[in-house]
Amino acid sequence: MSSRENILGRIREALQVKAPQPHLQAPLTPTNHPPQGKEWLPDGGESLTESLAILEGQLAKLKTVLVRVPNETLAVEAVKLLSQEKGWKQVAYQGHPLVTPIAQSLACQTWQADADFNKQKLEQCDVSLTSCETIVAQLGSILVSSQTSGGRALSVLPHAHVVIARTSQVVPDLADAIRQIKERYGQKLPSMLSFITGPSRTGDIERILVLGAHGPKELFLVLIDG
Amino acid sequence: MSDPKAIFLKDASVSTADGDQRAFIRKALGGYYVNRDLQKARFRNWEKARDAASMAKWSAVNDLGNQLEKFVGNFEKNGGVVHWAQDAAEAREIILKIAADAKAKAIIKSKCMTSEEIHLNDALEKAGYGVVESDLGEFIQQLRGEAPYHFVFPCMHVKREAISELFTKHLGTAPTNSPEELTMIARRHLRQLYVDADIGISGANFLVAETGQISITENEGNARLTTALPKIHIALAGIEKVVKNLDDLAILLPMLATAGAGQPMTCYNTLYSGPRQKGECDGPEQFHLVLLDNGRTRLLADPEQRDALHCIRCGACLNVCPIFKNIGGLAYGTTYQGPIGSVITPHLRGLKQWNHLSGASSLCGACTDACPVRIDLHHHLLHNRRNAVKTNPTLFDRVFHFGFNFVIQRPKLFAFGGKVFRTTLPLLKKLPLPYLSAWLKTRDLPTPPSQSFRAQWKDQNHE
Amino acid sequence: MRISLFVPCFVDQLTPQVGLATAQVLRRLGHTVEFRSEQTCCGQPSFNSGQWDVAREGARHALKVFRGSEVVVGPSGSCVAMMRNFYPQLFKGQPEEAEANDLAQRTFEFAEFLVKKLGVTDVGAKFSHKVTYHDGCHALRELRLKEEPRQLLRAVKGLELIETEEGESCCGFGGLFSAKFPMISTAMVQVKGGALVRTGAEFVVSSDPSCLLQIGGWLSREGKPIRPLHLSQVLANEVS
Repeated sequence: MSSRENILGRIREALQVKAPQPHLQAPLTPTNHPPQGKEWLPDGGESLTESLAILEGQLAKLKTVLVRVPNETLAVEAVKLLSQEKGWKQVAYQGHPLVTPIAQSLACQTWQADADFNKQKLEQCDVSLTSCETIVAQLGSILVSSQTSGGRALSVLPHAHVVIARTSQVVPDLADAIRQIKERYGQKLPSMLSFITGPSRTGDIERILVLGAHGPKELFLVLIDG
Repeated sequence: MSDPKAIFLKDASVSTADGDQRAFIRKALGGYYVNRDLQKARFRNWEKARDAASMAKWSAVNDLGNQLEKFVGNFEKNGGVVHWAQDAAEAREIILKIAADAKAKAIIKSKCMTSEEIHLNDALEKAGYGVVESDLGEFIQQLRGEAPYHFVFPCMHVKREAISELFTKHLGTAPTNSPEELTMIARRHLRQLYVDADIGISGANFLVAETGQISITENEGNARLTTALPKIHIALAGIEKVVKNLDDLAILLPMLATAGAGQPMTCYNTLYSGPRQKGECDGPEQFHLVLLDNGRTRLLADPEQRDALHCIRCGACLNVCPIFKNIGGLAYGTTYQGPIGSVITPHLRGLKQWNHLSGASSLCGACTDACPVRIDLHHHLLHNRRNAVKTNPTLFDRVFHFGFNFVIQRPKLFAFGGKVFRTTLPLLKKLPLPYLSAWLKTRDLPTPPSQSFRAQWKDQNHE
Repeated sequence: MRISLFVPCFVDQLTPQVGLATAQVLRRLGHTVEFRSEQTCCGQPSFNSGQWDVAREGARHALKVFRGSEVVVGPSGSCVAMMRNFYPQLFKGQPEEAEANDLAQRTFEFAEFLVKKLGVTDVGAKFSHKVTYHDGCHALRELRLKEEPRQLLRAVKGLELIETEEGESCCGFGGLFSAKFPMISTAMVQVKGGALVRTGAEFVVSSDPSCLLQIGGWLSREGKPIRPLHLSQVLANEVS
């Protein structure tokens, strides 16, 4: 008998007796799907304006730097300024209609990492520029994927990460974002989908918060209206 | 092997005597309590969220066979390879074979308590592989040669000065008392190791049956890197980690972060389905998942305690447990510490040898209140005690409790016994008696009254 | 109401004043109080040790004692939790199952009875002292009582109530745990006791006399200035 058969057999046998339901505070309807979740999960906003306000609050607490701009031209300017201020020398970017023009406008060395991936080269970069799929207001989370955000490593290896996105990509809460994933991909999911909630951090030393453990120490969200 | 109970008593004696260390742990947890409460307050109804979370895990675990098969089917469709391991030895064998086939040299790991459970690092090192823990806390514990103290915060008991000395000794870095600088030292040291590793080994927080994805929750980004850069990704997960639907994560991920770390969401929550796909520019070529039983089906077969398999390993029960805070995580001598560890270890490793952990509790219930998925933790400690008595009663306990219950069924005997106790107490205090002597080592007893309540009542009320 | 007093075994033998004070307060409120002298112990020590079969024998005696009582009131969160939450489990599938469930419905903890059953928070008491409160774990988490004792204390004339940090921390008694794992139990009461002393209160009050044995025992051994007092003893001090 294979281990698979053995384990599944033991499970079948074990489950012959059903366990009592947990002690619930209030009787639930039989389903545990998220539409009811909006009753008890944190607020994500009832309108885009509300969601943006909640998002702003969450990002500030997380130390994700939010840069709001009215259009793509000003997005370019904003990142140029940032690059000068931070003194970035090596920039890795994702080839994407929102990102490429910004990358190409920068004075320093830029490299389209997803066209010609090289992990050693990526390790040397100061910052990465990527797009994202969705932004979750409730949590201040940014959803990236290996398919649409330049691969797995681009958004996590360099020391800083800049995300370029539009306000139309903001959804109220995590349940909405998950629903979007299923609608967008169905059965053909990207090999990696990651919710990024702030710059990398750790509390391992005396449970004191330190930013920049292994992932980016700085995270910027350039949010274009529309 | 030495008796776990004897070792426990010895270790707990030492750690409870260390007032400084206990105060240090309390201080470290202070910030967590504040943040946890802040995040709980953001939930519109935390108790309802707990209900939903517990139902999500209950419905998955009580349909485990079907959900696992559905998960595996979907996982394999995405191009991953599933291996089933009945026990620790088999899991180690599977992973060693993958490493050998790949002719790997360097292995990097992200946080995986299941790998601690199967003593994987030992086996890999003995087979000649270089293994590095990339999670900062695990990295520090690896350098110290010590097991994790807390399964979410592995080195929370270590002061920054000690970490500085550790880094100076092993990495040759200059001493520093800044947690930020210490973190940067580890960051710099590990970066090239991610790039050079042939294999990345991770755990998994959840296995999503609906989509065949595994979900990994972390703050540092080390799991993201461990699973992005090496050619081979091996994930190791207990079979109980299954959830039915991706939607369940909308509740479970924020609750894991809130209860576990006082955060709205941890920094990286990542879903993996399969190795690198066509059109993706990077990612592992192979993705292996090892599903581990190792005693979990024993726990599953106990309907009374089956809910212990709902555990999402948030560590909230440890954070509120007065036993944990006073004896420290290492005294347990188990992979999983605290209330959940005390509940499940007898099932995973044997009731007779590990029941003492269920006894070492005042049953205060703080753990049960803290658990985001409503595991009946402190009552399970009671259930373990009852089960141990059924299978393995000690002579002393049988005699003591038989005697006690004999007396309390006979009021006149009880009253007489009480009077004898009160009268002879000054003498009894001087004798080495079970329970009484242990109490009197550190605490007084009230001066016994000359008359019991029942005697005074009788006098006052002529009843 | 004819209230049947439940007096914990160690209150009967070691701290009878708690039982007497409880009866005094209930009588002051105009109720008849009876003490069924056949009672001895709720059986919790054996239950908590896992000796359920033996504990059931002892508990059977308690069921017999309180048969036919109108209502049972006990000045102890842990004993009442045993009778209300655990007797139904202990007698499940036994001939006494219905009786155990019935007793559970009419057994109350003292503060709970006053506030939730009688609807009383001011019992006409006076106690001009600084007091802090310790929540016993059974009362707090098994019976879900937190506000009730505080409402009673706040209505006491002259009483100043201060909350303790570590307020909800276990004192470390846990029945036989306190003697089976004395070093852990002592470590826990050290933390609790330290916090209590820091409040500057003169008394630590609890509705659990077992906690007070533990806390009082440590405070006494360490020579600390704060003294243990049961809630009933505070409430028994009448406004003259």
